[in-house]
Amino acid sequence: MSDVHTFVDSEEMEVSFGPQHPATHGVLRVMVKLDGERIIETKPIIGYLHRGTEKLFERETYNGCIPHTDRMDYTAAATANQGLVGAVEKLMGITIPPRAAYIRMILAELQRLSSHIIWFATHVLDIGAQTPFFYTFEEREKILDLYEEYCGARLTLNCMRAGGLPYDLPAGWSERCRAFVDQLPGKIADWERLITNNRIWKLRTIGIGVISAADAIDWGLTGPPLRGSGVKWDIRKVFPYDRYDEVDFDVPIGANGDTYDRYLVRMEEMRQSIGIIRQCLDRLPDGPVMAKVPKVIKPPKGEVYFSVEAPKGELGYYVVSDGTDKPYRLRVRPACFINLQALPELVRGLLVADLIAVIGTLDIVLGEIDR
Amino acid sequence: MADQEKPSPAAPAAPKPPWEEKPVPPVARDAKELPLVRALADAVTGAVVEAVELAGQVSVVVPVDRLVEVCRACKDKLDFTFLVDLTAVDWKDRAEGRFDVVYWLHRFTDSCRLRLKVRLGDGIELPSVTSVWKTANWMEREVFDMFGVYFGGHPNLERILTWEGFNGHPLRKDFPIEGIDTGAAIYPDVYPPGGGPVKGGEGVE
Repeated sequence: MSDVHTFVDSEEMEVSFGPQHPATHGVLRVMVKLDGERIIETKPIIGYLHRGTEKLFERETYNGCIPHTDRMDYTAAATANQGLVGAVEKLMGITIPPRAAYIRMILAELQRLSSHIIWFATHVLDIGAQTPFFYTFEEREKILDLYEEYCGARLTLNCMRAGGLPYDLPAGWSERCRAFVDQLPGKIADWERLITNNRIWKLRTIGIGVISAADAIDWGLTGPPLRGSGVKWDIRKVFPYDRYDEVDFDVPIGANGDTYDRYLVRMEEMRQSIGIIRQCLDRLPDGPVMAKVPKVIKPPKGEVYFSVEAPKGELGYYVVSDGTDKPYRLRVRPACFINLQALPELVRGLLVADLIAVIGTLDIVLGEIDR
Repeated sequence: MADQEKPSPAAPAAPKPPWEEKPVPPVARDAKELPLVRALADAVTGAVVEAVELAGQVSVVVPVDRLVEVCRACKDKLDFTFLVDLTAVDWKDRAEGRFDVVYWLHRFTDSCRLRLKVRLGDGIELPSVTSVWKTANWMEREVFDMFGVYFGGHPNLERILTWEGFNGHPLRKDFPIEGIDTGAAIYPDVYPPGGGPVKGGEGVE
């Protein structure tokens, strides 16, 4: 009864935001307790898209798990594939051919670009800038065309296998990829001209959703939300996989840990990705794209954790093998799930409109949160 | 074909690149003498029950009743400020306890990672580590939801991916992979707690 009294006596009210709301980027539901326009407390409710992926893994062969990973973060399937095959390779001691590693890096960085493009387009759209959406999706379309040409799929790529890659690049693909990345920096500059110094954008993002470096670490944030707070930490640098130790790139960081800094970090990451793709195309070695691996992937008994820098943060796979051809347990460390956990912390005391901005800046995909 | 396979005695074959060789899996070895494990054993006496290293990753089994103490020491004394992952593995018929609850820690100073494990019997409460790392909150909720491991002292131990009243814990090995009839909570007499439809219930032949 006391709850009822506080509700009546004060201006407090509780609003269910989502799960069917375009600004929640999927089926996220947030119970928001409000004092007028001001947020007192939020409680994210998730699980609407739970498909039991980790349970399904247990009945699939190792390579059969790869299509399931496509469907977790459906905006970034290549990096999800990369993490899983990397974990299996680590457990089996497979070294992949250099050509396969370089092509994987190209596919992963294209995926980072396409994922950041979606984030950028929808994030600014949520805040009210409609125009960039139309420009950015044109570029994303070109990336999807490149994927389609490589593996036949545009979103659920299933484009890697334990030991390398299922296909070599089609003839002329590298040239088309290079032509695409060569014109992209100009496009990114155009988008930035629309947004970066926009007064409304700055008012809506600077000082919103601030998190300090120490808090970000305590909340387990990874990826751009962690780097936006000034922690220079990127799995590609710290635990290099594939051939990331051979390419040269910077890890951009922010200073204030607010929405605006996370925006700047992601924009710079796009340029770094373009740099990585160019270097990979320059050095693309000849040779096979598949290592000599047994027909049936049967890792020995043991457990291993392997993670990649997905566009959203650290995407990890913890594989426990019992020596059969199916994983005994395959746990996914979802970046979005853990980043979303900090949402109540980030929006406490802000306005409802800022909640939209903060959900956008965390760049969540519910497919990966709910799995 | 036969000619090609026979190496000519004059020129010894160049060593094949690793991707053309048969893969050599990493081998597990005892890690009790590694400096990292030593440091942990020094920080909390009796913390290390078992230590194994595989593929450069160190796993340490710690006693259940010392878990929070060990985690606290890892964070404060050994500087493992970042909890990367927390999950569980169900070993259904294992004598030492059914579940492994696994903590995967990271240290920023030298990018070192450490895996802590506790072995836990079914129905035994495990102390929560949310007081050590805030991020453990949702991870523990997920383990509770998926495995039915109870975390004592957790601020809000609710189901997170399935819904309130869902009957059973999906990632347990005895949970059927095709799922259960989800009328469970509404009809407890037809769907007993613990999961799985009973014969004669709705949707079961």
